[in-house]
Amino acid sequence: MPHYSFVLNGKPVTVEAPSDMPLLWVLRDLLGVTGPKYGCGVGVCRACTSHLDGAEIQPCVVPVEDCASRRVTTIEGLADGEKLHPVQKAWLDCDVAQCGFCQPGQIMAAVALLKKKPHPTDADIDRIENVCRCGTYPRVREAIKKASAEG
Amino acid sequence: MDGSSPTPGSGPGDGVRRQELPRRRILVYALAASTLTVATPVGIGVAAEGGQRGEDPESALRKPSDVVVIGDDDEMLVLEVTAANRVVVRLPRAEVGQGITTAVAMMIAEELDARLADVDIPLAGARAKGNQFTGGSDSVRSLYGPARELAAVARAKLVTAAARRWHVPARTLRTKHTMVVAPDGRTATFGSLSAAAAQVHTPAVPSKPKPASQHSVIGRPTPRIDGRDLVTGKAKYAGDLAVAGAKPTVVARPPTVLGKVVSVDDAEARAMPGVLAVVRTAHGVAVVAESFHYAFKARDALKVKWAPGPLAPLSDRAIRSRLRAAVPRLGAPPHGSAQVEGEFEFAFVSHAPMEVLTAVADVRARSAEIWFSSQTPGDARASIASAVGLPQSSVRVHVVRGGGSFGRRLAYDAAIEAALISKAARRPVKLMWSRSDDIRHGRMRPASHHRIRASHAGGRVVAFSHAMASVGESSESLGPRPQGGMTTTAHVDARKVSAGPMPSDSGLYNFGAIDQKGGGIELAIPLGAWRSVDSGTMRTAEEIIVDEVAHSLGKDPVAFRRATLRSKAAKAVLDKVASAGKWGRPMPKGRAQGVALHEEYGSCVACLAEIDVTDPHHPRVVKVVMAADVGTAVNPRGLQAQLMGTAIDGISTILQAGLHIDRGAVREGSFADFHYARQRHSPLRFEAHIMPSRKAPGGAGELGVPAAAGAVANAYARATGTRPRRFPINF
Repeated sequence: MPHYSFVLNGKPVTVEAPSDMPLLWVLRDLLGVTGPKYGCGVGVCRACTSHLDGAEIQPCVVPVEDCASRRVTTIEGLADGEKLHPVQKAWLDCDVAQCGFCQPGQIMAAVALLKKKPHPTDADIDRIENVCRCGTYPRVREAIKKASAEG
Repeated sequence: MDGSSPTPGSGPGDGVRRQELPRRRILVYALAASTLTVATPVGIGVAAEGGQRGEDPESALRKPSDVVVIGDDDEMLVLEVTAANRVVVRLPRAEVGQGITTAVAMMIAEELDARLADVDIPLAGARAKGNQFTGGSDSVRSLYGPARELAAVARAKLVTAAARRWHVPARTLRTKHTMVVAPDGRTATFGSLSAAAAQVHTPAVPSKPKPASQHSVIGRPTPRIDGRDLVTGKAKYAGDLAVAGAKPTVVARPPTVLGKVVSVDDAEARAMPGVLAVVRTAHGVAVVAESFHYAFKARDALKVKWAPGPLAPLSDRAIRSRLRAAVPRLGAPPHGSAQVEGEFEFAFVSHAPMEVLTAVADVRARSAEIWFSSQTPGDARASIASAVGLPQSSVRVHVVRGGGSFGRRLAYDAAIEAALISKAARRPVKLMWSRSDDIRHGRMRPASHHRIRASHAGGRVVAFSHAMASVGESSESLGPRPQGGMTTTAHVDARKVSAGPMPSDSGLYNFGAIDQKGGGIELAIPLGAWRSVDSGTMRTAEEIIVDEVAHSLGKDPVAFRRATLRSKAAKAVLDKVASAGKWGRPMPKGRAQGVALHEEYGSCVACLAEIDVTDPHHPRVVKVVMAADVGTAVNPRGLQAQLMGTAIDGISTILQAGLHIDRGAVREGSFADFHYARQRHSPLRFEAHIMPSRKAPGGAGELGVPAAAGAVANAYARATGTRPRRFPINF
């Protein structure tokens, strides 16, 4: 079986996995990194949203071979040690989460958006596809604006 | 402890001493332990009886919930103060996002004068007896009295222990920040006093909860206690647990609802990499593998011949016509009255919690251990024990944080299935339903049909009739117990709900003679109580008719409601949304406001929605203003979150989210076609106003659904000039 090396949350890792194994299961089942969640397995609900070289991906539809020698960041790698990322901080300030299951994906999607557009409009925020079944959307919007305003 | 022995027949058992507080109905026990541990029984309705509601002049108008809640009164709510100064309350409820752990932590911190950060609320595993039911928007109501009593007793014992240590009068001591403080400034943490406090039988200070006027934690908007875990990915759900040896497991399921395996060729699947076991289940074939990747691949390689399920010939059209035919006839309207009538249809709706059903099961020859999120762990344990052939006492059920529920985790289908697979495969398993399993195989809110008639004469409604029929779950679909139907009390409870008194029995409006009739058809389809249960359809439809009555009388929908609402509290929430939402302000073409109310669980709520239908295929609710009176709002921030969730439920179920049945199968299979709202469907502005109150808490988690759904439907009707009758509208 092939081996793939990549940088996960700042640390080099090597996994033995079939080339078509989705990154989600590499993370969850092989590496024990459970922040990215399974919600649909087909890139639709986006609960697993993480970053590949800083850009948003849905690990449930990205095969591990596409990650070789690249940087993968999950929700676990967003904070700097105990110091939360400004978007995580905004999330806490706005008390966004309810059940929390989609929130790692929501936060990673928001971080990716703010990277592209530091001052997103409502229309930009509307383009976030991540499903939240608890309906936290208004607080997601509020937290993104707060994080944007605070830089 | 007054030196008394336990009262025969009512004490919790050996090692437990009982302390009765004569003035109060709630008993608090001290458990024999080396650190301070106290426990109290949690009874449904205890808080309401012991609280201030009886003194409320409006109490006659505020009825308890119509949702039947099961359980008896000898459940134990247990508080422990550890030597490390942690206050630990093992909670006999499920946390599925509704924030009950935060609300209970606040009650405990309030009475104990502990820092909220020092309070831990782990979820209790299934217990042998008692009320461990999470549902009916009852958790805060049932815990508000007992949790505060419990903490107040613990505080009194800690203060007494400090007084003895310092040889000062107990009444001179104060408590704050998880410490006892002496007049001279000496402090002792609760943790350092816990062992001594455990020996205190008769506290030297009163152990009565504070009056509401002294509350500084209860009523203060407070962020979730688990917020940091939730934003850092540390929070663990069932699928995140690392239970030794528990291997990823998925099940191949039939294309139709409750179809069956005729034959299976699993040779190719078994030979695939990472596959550990393939076992038959009652309605499918399970694959256990080293990873979910291997499990899904092997599942797809199974060659299964399926027999169609019992629903196979049926599609929506036939179900709808059978439902229509099952609606009881309305009686004759009052002589001389004019009629406003409407028939309404609601589709099946998936619960679709973000975390699909997941259960870890380790079933051995003489014992079993199961980890999952459950609103009914006691019933689940009994059913699992029966399914795997073990005595209940040999089955441990661990309740894990749930990724949403909306009623779905009342049933424990996946847990029974996981236990049976573990038993058959002779190894621990981590079973996960796929999203399409979740949407295609239930459970779901039943479809329903409603016929409503308001009779008016002389400018007012003189009679109001509502006849409805909904789909009930036939015993055929429940099948043999091991398949995982809700065969015990949770199921009975869910069924009683639809057969019981109707949600609008409370008589929100002065509408003269109220007449309600229910009918139904039975189908072999897995159903389940969905947030707000029957109110989500019944009361929504009624609020649409209320608007149509107002229209036919030439009255404004808010003014008409205001003139006909019975209770002051309901009028107040209506006034609040009308003023905060600027009811009646000029709107551009294609935009309109809608309003609706609901009253249940001892609480009431109003919702004002503003909709933009410029693109009729993509209506957008742009603003939602809600106001709720739930009595004492323990955590207004959490309550606002619950109302926000119900607003999104209302938008989804009215405008776009439902399930089709095509020849015995659910057509939808993911969030790509089950159109629960996303950010682009959610209001750009949301406000939730909490009415101040010192009454005992009412229920809140489900409260907002009918008001939000009704307001969205009424706004849509006004914006489009149509009379919406079938939901979801874009389906």
